[in-house]
Amino acid sequence: MNPFEDRKFVILGIFFTVCLIFVGRLFYIQVVDESYELSANNQALRRVPQYPVRGLVYDRHGQLLVYNEAAYDLMVIPRQVGVIDTASFCELLGIVDTTFDNKMAKAKKFSRYKASVFEKQIPADQWAEISEKLYQYPGFYGEKRTLRKYPESVAANILGYISEVNPSDLDKDSYYRMGDYVGKLGLEKEYEKELRGVRGVRVQMVDVHNRVKGSFSDGEYDTLPISGENLISTIDRDLQVYGEKLMQNKRGSIVAIEPKTGEILAMITAPSYDPNLLVGRPRNENYKALQANDSLNPLFNRAINAQYRPGSIFKIVQSLVALDEGVITENTRFHCNRGIINCHGSHSYDDLVGAIQHSCNPYFWNVYKKLVQRGKYDNIFRDAAYGVDIWQRRVKQFGFGVELKTDLPNIKKGLVPGVEYYNRWYGERRWAFSTIYSNSIGEGEMLVVPIQMANLAAIIANKGYFYTPHLIKSIGRDSVKRTEFTTKNETDVDAKYFEPVTEAMYKVVNEAGGTARRARIDSIIVCGKTGTVQNDKWPDHSVFIAFAPMDDPKIAIAVYVEYSDFGGTWAAPIASLMIEQYLTGEIKRLDKEKRITDAIFLDIYEGKK
Amino acid sequence: MRAKNSIIQNIDWVLFWTFTALVLMGWFNIYAATYNEEHQSIFDMSQSYGKQVIWIVTSYAMIWVVMMLDPRFFTRLAYPIYGFCMLLLVGVLFFGTEIKGAKSWYTLGSFSFQPSEIAKYGTALALTFYLSNLGKKFQGFFTRVKAFLILILPAALIMLQPDTGSVLVYAAFIFVMYREGLSGNILLFGLAAAALFVLALLLNNTTFELPFNLVINGHVTMIIVIGIICLTLYYLFQKVKGIRIALAAVFIFIAGYIYLVDFAFNNVLKPHQQARINELLGIQSDPTGAGYNVHQSMIAIGSGGTFGKGFLQGTQTKFNFVPEQSTDFIFCTVGEEWGFMGSLVVIVLFLVMLFRIIILAERQRSKFSRIYGYCVASIFFFHLAINIGMTIGLAPVIGIPLPFFSYGGSSLWAFTILLFTFIKMDSERMHILS
Repeated sequence: MNPFEDRKFVILGIFFTVCLIFVGRLFYIQVVDESYELSANNQALRRVPQYPVRGLVYDRHGQLLVYNEAAYDLMVIPRQVGVIDTASFCELLGIVDTTFDNKMAKAKKFSRYKASVFEKQIPADQWAEISEKLYQYPGFYGEKRTLRKYPESVAANILGYISEVNPSDLDKDSYYRMGDYVGKLGLEKEYEKELRGVRGVRVQMVDVHNRVKGSFSDGEYDTLPISGENLISTIDRDLQVYGEKLMQNKRGSIVAIEPKTGEILAMITAPSYDPNLLVGRPRNENYKALQANDSLNPLFNRAINAQYRPGSIFKIVQSLVALDEGVITENTRFHCNRGIINCHGSHSYDDLVGAIQHSCNPYFWNVYKKLVQRGKYDNIFRDAAYGVDIWQRRVKQFGFGVELKTDLPNIKKGLVPGVEYYNRWYGERRWAFSTIYSNSIGEGEMLVVPIQMANLAAIIANKGYFYTPHLIKSIGRDSVKRTEFTTKNETDVDAKYFEPVTEAMYKVVNEAGGTARRARIDSIIVCGKTGTVQNDKWPDHSVFIAFAPMDDPKIAIAVYVEYSDFGGTWAAPIASLMIEQYLTGEIKRLDKEKRITDAIFLDIYEGKK
Repeated sequence: MRAKNSIIQNIDWVLFWTFTALVLMGWFNIYAATYNEEHQSIFDMSQSYGKQVIWIVTSYAMIWVVMMLDPRFFTRLAYPIYGFCMLLLVGVLFFGTEIKGAKSWYTLGSFSFQPSEIAKYGTALALTFYLSNLGKKFQGFFTRVKAFLILILPAALIMLQPDTGSVLVYAAFIFVMYREGLSGNILLFGLAAAALFVLALLLNNTTFELPFNLVINGHVTMIIVIGIICLTLYYLFQKVKGIRIALAAVFIFIAGYIYLVDFAFNNVLKPHQQARINELLGIQSDPTGAGYNVHQSMIAIGSGGTFGKGFLQGTQTKFNFVPEQSTDFIFCTVGEEWGFMGSLVVIVLFLVMLFRIIILAERQRSKFSRIYGYCVASIFFFHLAINIGMTIGLAPVIGIPLPFFSYGGSSLWAFTILLFTFIKMDSERMHILS
């Protein structure tokens, strides 16, 4: 009927084909290709982290060492900032005009619509004043954050600090995001995983201008933050405070340990700093200042990082090893032959107890000779290597020359020189006792860390064993303690050999002629051993280890005061005051205390440390 | 009363319900696209979805009016309506309000009206009237020129606004003329011209390295290749009379056309139009600049997945990542919130409507009704193809609305009148013979 009617099929065919192409294309981009969904989520969803509260740290009696204090980040949304009185705003914040301009430009560069941090970590007291007037400045608002706070300003080097993550932290642990805080040093670093908690997230929808448009899927993908675990430290806060007071204006360290458990009661490094300095807005400035103070090096935790020659306190180790190895008995006597090595005081032919009490150098020269030259081989070099090998192994069992696996990062292990060490220095079979005799009295190549000295005092108090000294006794709600801190470490020295040593240490403190009479306390029986580490041209390092009370030791302590004088003069009375403070809770000998707190040993002798 | 009942009886309910479905879906999607927490009611008159209610209700009022008219009204008044539309198009150039660089709108207070939308209706009626009054066939050079003139007049007037998108819609009438006898070669010719156009642009900045350090550009390569094809054809068909002249003409024409494309592209098209075409052809890629709209539109649709994000759950359109989300890019909301399934439903509904119109057109006894039916289907198809094609990166960004979906009174009214004029004719098909 109609000449071109068939053409309707062509037209319908075109309609159909085009629609089919569309459906195919839609199938591809909607069902097959998933990249569009990713792009959409990247554009329209913002994952806003919900920061958990960082765990607190208490001392052994439940007193706070670290807590969190509210602080505020001043946020700005540049687009909402109208015409404001810049001058009064700057005055309110305590910044200058140009700073304002810089910060504003930076915020605008980031986004005109999205909030960015204008001023970080404003403390709560300052914020109170700012927030009252903030209504005058549209576009600015506060966001709550927390800051670490230290009620007693002590234990800075133990607690460490937190700071914003850097790129290498981000690489190491995928948990972190830009702007997170991470423990960088001390307990904050060691217990980072426990303290930090678990970050939550709020998924928000944003529009094309980055304005928040509400919660995505009614919060279905949101998670709440989980607070960090609280830590209970082994530290006695009062003792720590007192120790830091005693060590003011000195360089050195005090470590006090509860022998039965290995719990560190106090760990003082001097000079230290106020941990509150490394918090909040002035942090960077203060940190630079502390770093610049390199002669005193307040950021250096001497208690675990300073490696010293032990001095005469090492004679105790020599005694115990020699007794257990059977090269001497407690009745063995040696002449105080001051021709081979110098000595002091009036004594001439002591037995072991007397030698320890008088700190007789020739005696221990002989003891060490017997330990090194065992007579196993005719060749004295080969014989010395044999002896030193055994000696080194035995000394290491006391925790010297090895890393004490305490719960602070970066601990030093000191040095107990052995065969390999001397072979490297002198060559194989080219050294014997005569080369290395300085070790006999704790000079020479030996190096120890203060925490190891305190541990030695604990070993003697325990008569032969120790628990690794540690700072945290209980983690979190479940009161977990790390198993490595409840494992007994044996020195393998028979308990009976500790009797003469303990007796000698009693006499050191309590008998006429003892080197540490200043450590005596009327009501408490203190056992101790002094050390005086010689510095050729400069004042000596003053060293003292002790434990008390003698019958049921509750505290073992090591004190090391750099460049001061004899061990008995400074380290012994400091240890004594610490013991008095810990065991009685008060100080009766205020004159002694004043003598210590007044003393200043800060002259610089060495070059840069 | 009898007449009224017969209208309701004879109305094509398939088209009516398809139309209603599309309009309502459009309304919900406009609501979702511009949804605003502070104005949650879909009837909130301060928001586009609230205003769309007015356009929808008035559209149904217009359906009523159209259905009440005497069927002879359209044939008698085809030219007057056309003339009136042309006056509106001239008037808008003088009295119109300039929005986004184009004088396309009459504004009266808060009400604005786009005459180019209704001009499609006038043009469809005029072309239908002209073609239906020809003899048996659509033949002869002048007959065709006159038909083209009917189209070119409104196209030229709209070009002056300028509103390129609305101009291109007039190309849709090629389907009508094809159905009425215009040679199919014209369609093929158009297709070939388009293909050459694309090829010429694609090769514009391409160079080929030949041995002996010869470097030739894409256009020269194309001409050489076409030359070789012509020579081969000549060799194969050298016995055919006049082949030499024919092939020479074709060769010269194509070579000229290739350079003309270049010239036209660089001198006639505006920079933003050049950029859009370059984006579409993949010659340049600039997701933040010229390609931003399409890039965002595809993200919105593509992120919908199989079943979509759900009503009001779309993020890309609601939060303004996609521009013009309630008008030209309304299909993004369908794709994002209803997914592939929703998109499929919409396309199938449109296809049902198009097929139904063609089927109804072919059952008309009146030539006028049939041709008019093709006009309606062609216009709808062109809008559908360009609009959806644009949102999924298959067509250049040309700002024309998706019929019944896109927000806007002028276009909804125009599409409604277009469609229901045809439904009216169909319902009266037993009474119209001419």
